[in-house]
Amino acid sequence: MTTDTSQRSITASVSRDEDGSPLPLPRVLRLFGSLGGAAAWLVVIAGALGILLPFAWMLGVAFRTNADLYADPARIVPDQWTLHGVRAVLDQLPFTQLIVNTFVFAGGTTLLLLLFDSMTAFALARLRFRGQNVIFLLILATLMVPFQITLVPVFLTLFHLGWLNSYQGLILPRATSALGIFLLRQSFRQLPRELDEAARIDGAGSFTVYWRIILPNSKPILATLFIIQFAALWNDFLWPLVISSLTRMQTLPAALTLFSSQSGVDHAALMAGAAISLTPLALAFLLLQRFFVQGVATTGLK
Amino acid sequence: MAVLHPPPARAGRPPRRRRWRFNSAYLFIAPSLVLIAVFIAEPIVQSGWMSLHDWTIGSSDNPFVGLGNYTALWHDSRFWNALRVTVVYTAAVTVGQVVLGLAIAARLRRTTWYSSLLRTAYFFPYIASLVVVGVIWKFLLDPQVGLINAWLSDLGVSSPPNWLQSTSLALPTVIAVGLWKNVGFTMIVLLAGMQQVPADLYEAATLDGAGPWRRFLHVTLPALRPSLLFTSLIATVTGLQLFDLVFAMTGGGPIFSTESVVMYLYQKGFVEFDMGYASAIAWVLFVIILAVSAVQLRVARYRDDD
Repeated sequence: MTTDTSQRSITASVSRDEDGSPLPLPRVLRLFGSLGGAAAWLVVIAGALGILLPFAWMLGVAFRTNADLYADPARIVPDQWTLHGVRAVLDQLPFTQLIVNTFVFAGGTTLLLLLFDSMTAFALARLRFRGQNVIFLLILATLMVPFQITLVPVFLTLFHLGWLNSYQGLILPRATSALGIFLLRQSFRQLPRELDEAARIDGAGSFTVYWRIILPNSKPILATLFIIQFAALWNDFLWPLVISSLTRMQTLPAALTLFSSQSGVDHAALMAGAAISLTPLALAFLLLQRFFVQGVATTGLK
Repeated sequence: MAVLHPPPARAGRPPRRRRWRFNSAYLFIAPSLVLIAVFIAEPIVQSGWMSLHDWTIGSSDNPFVGLGNYTALWHDSRFWNALRVTVVYTAAVTVGQVVLGLAIAARLRRTTWYSSLLRTAYFFPYIASLVVVGVIWKFLLDPQVGLINAWLSDLGVSSPPNWLQSTSLALPTVIAVGLWKNVGFTMIVLLAGMQQVPADLYEAATLDGAGPWRRFLHVTLPALRPSLLFTSLIATVTGLQLFDLVFAMTGGGPIFSTESVVMYLYQKGFVEFDMGYASAIAWVLFVIILAVSAVQLRVARYRDDD
């Protein structure tokens, strides 16, 4: 499938210089090879500015007074800077609790998911057991089913368990993923068999092989999966919206969206909230771009 | 598919009488399998079963209605409207994403500091939450405080459109925001695909007298077929599940003009608690997603053969 090829090459696209069509022109001329080329560059640069504009505007609104905003909405940079928006959002929403909830949901689910998926992938890739292929096929088959199919029955199950509005209700149903199992299995299969065999000759059991050989040798794929899963869950909306209706159990995306639909909402507070909720992923993205890009090109994030 | 491997060859049959020994592999797969069984496999069956019932939360009995929910759906004009909205959104965003993503990727193909910077900019919205960017855009397009209309009136537009309150403009606006959010994803995947094209193919084409446009048409594009298939499949499948953006920007309005299938499902299942009907909607959506993906895979493979 396409996943393998894109995964291998994407690092190259970021780090390695690639020169497909050689042009015998000096650097400056190569940049603006022709008037048409220059125009195309202008369009691409303007497009990039247009892409970033809403974020710049969000930051501007977050740090200006509402009077200033209404007086001149055409300006991006505030006239007078104020922390009123930040204070207001902390005031009007249980914001610390929301941040904690989102971290517990995204972080807890991702950690459990990596543990469970890697264990299953290890058994599928490196051990032998009865029903191995059938189980793998069944796991793959669940990949095709859209999440909305299971949403209603899982909601009812959690309702009967009394797990709505609880961390375990938010986390456990999402703590394994067929895609994660599939990607880890493919990756584990590529590790040399000799590693396991040498360890087993030294008396290691399956668990030692898994924990001390396979996992330490799979750090890049684990890091990529961690980031992609964490980002997807941090941004997840429909699931936490349905499972937690109480404000104190909500996550940032759901709480902010419901907050935004109140009439007469404080714009500065809303944009400050949006900015704060985007910050962790934005920072992680700028620092760990390679893993983000690699993971997204392999899985498509969702 | 490439993922299927023949089972490892066994050296003869194991002796029949050997006592059953516990295989620790089952411990490794147990947590995932239990979760999949309880939260995916069983709910799939239950969802199918519920879709055959008049299943409302809080009512004392949930009578079996056979295909009643599905026939009701067939005659439900609100559902057809939601389906139309979803299909229009999906088609527009998928095509736009591929065309724009290809154009941008072709321009940013060489890795230099400025193209890396531009790639980062284009990709940035993709990591942000759909609902949060939906909320930002909702206020960016606001007639009173929004930047867009403020700029339009500065440019001399006397009555700038009321983007999200107009039944004819709301859906195109949501489509534009979806495109803005996702174009970086297609760009990144296509860039990855372009790195795979061997440089000697370009040299050969240049020697044969092909200009940049023909090199793109006859070397780059054919080599990108797997990446194009991958991104358009992902764009289609996520487009058909459109929910977050609509929920944040319009709530499905005005007058249902942006209500998507999943939005309608949410409304039926979790606002009106008509779970049987919601399950039927989910199954119809599943069949549509399967059919569209199958067609896309088919078309891609068909082209591969000639």
